[in-house]
Amino acid sequence: MLYKLQFGELLSYWDVLLWGLVFTLVLTAVSTVAGIAVGTAGASARTFGPKWLGGVVAAYVVLIRNTPFIVQLFFIFFGLPAAGLKLSESTAAFLAMTINLGAYSTEIIRAGIEAVPKGHIEAGVSLAMTKWEVLRHIVLKQAFQKVYPALSSQIIIVMLGSAVVSQISAQDLTYAANFVASRNFRNFEVYLLAALVYLLLAMLMRSLLRGLGRILFKAK
Amino acid sequence: MLAAAFALAVAALATPAHADGLESIMAAKVIKVAVPQDFAPFGSAGLDLKPQGYDIDMGNLIAKALGVKAEIIAVTSANRIPYLQTHKADIVISSLGKNAEREKVIDFSAAYAPFFSGVFGTKDIKVATADDLKGKTIGATRGAIEEQELTKLAPADATIKRFEDNNATIAAFVSGQVDLVATGNTVAAAIAEKVPARAPTLKFVIKDSPCYIGLNKEEPQLLAKVNDIIAQAKASGELGKLSEKWLKAPLPPGF
Repeated sequence: MLYKLQFGELLSYWDVLLWGLVFTLVLTAVSTVAGIAVGTAGASARTFGPKWLGGVVAAYVVLIRNTPFIVQLFFIFFGLPAAGLKLSESTAAFLAMTINLGAYSTEIIRAGIEAVPKGHIEAGVSLAMTKWEVLRHIVLKQAFQKVYPALSSQIIIVMLGSAVVSQISAQDLTYAANFVASRNFRNFEVYLLAALVYLLLAMLMRSLLRGLGRILFKAK
Repeated sequence: MLAAAFALAVAALATPAHADGLESIMAAKVIKVAVPQDFAPFGSAGLDLKPQGYDIDMGNLIAKALGVKAEIIAVTSANRIPYLQTHKADIVISSLGKNAEREKVIDFSAAYAPFFSGVFGTKDIKVATADDLKGKTIGATRGAIEEQELTKLAPADATIKRFEDNNATIAAFVSGQVDLVATGNTVAAAIAEKVPARAPTLKFVIKDSPCYIGLNKEEPQLLAKVNDIIAQAKASGELGKLSEKWLKAPLPPGF
């Protein structure tokens, strides 16, 4: 006995699903930028900064990379209010995703930084470039070029992981899919649709990132 | 030779899908009962992490009356009906309320437990009707009866935050992430006992919604048998004992 697919029943909820998609897109875009910024700062601090700062960053990385994302999310949303910090679900979602991506990209970018030959740094210093100019033009530029594929992968992973924020009632695409399923019980159809949308989104992001990489790092 | 073996295998696979659930339960000598794991006193984990509650006792009662073993399967409000639809469970005893949308996809037995849901909040919040909800946040569990009713009742500028299971909804209320919570009378009582600082008081009743057992459609024999067992448990006083044990109250008159 075959199950009859009824995609028509999803049509009346097109606006719920669309807003969910928009939220996921905005969440991903903002958290990606913020997360990479945190990662860059963290990697630079760990390699070039004072020892105590490196220690703080190391502790942050160990904590976030070795705990599940959903646990981090629940801690921020359900746990922090007890310590006096009550965040809305959207803010908690952005924060959790930024912190999560920040930790992983710290390590990825740090690997890139350490792969830059010391000679390049010495050359920059000997040309009377300031520390920040050396960092920006010599170290980070090459570091990003080296780890760009790994970084792109991590961004996609975090984007797909954003589905978890539905658990704290943040109204992303998965939340919308869950909501529709709870109204018409068309679980097969709605989750098939959600999976397809995430798939398209990931493929789109991969080609966008590839294109961006070509623009940023084109060989001279 | 191969064709015969193939035909036999296909026939063997095809048959169980068409048998009434009661037959396959009696043949396997096991009834798969889906129960809640996060909704005391209907279903929760005891100190030994074993499931306990009104719904689990009901499942065992039915299994005993049928003369089979009960396999207790823990589910959430969101996946209990899918579990039934995909035959991962034979019956769902999960403080299930009856509504038209659910009636489209599953069948309901006679009522086996009393239950009402409402909007609860701390004493200081002044809400008496649905219209007073404007500007407030209310937590609810997605797919639950009170969530569906609240969506219809609440004014446009009230914010309903939907969580995937009862634990998250309760956590949201206890942590203050939502001002009010739409849930059952029993849950509110449990919260008041465990977290007196956030003791919920009833603001208004959403629905008086006794609990029913959920079954797949087109299983008339199983439905008749389950209703029979419920009626006998009521007559013998066993159902009343369950109500006293778990809800700390007798069955309401006329139940």
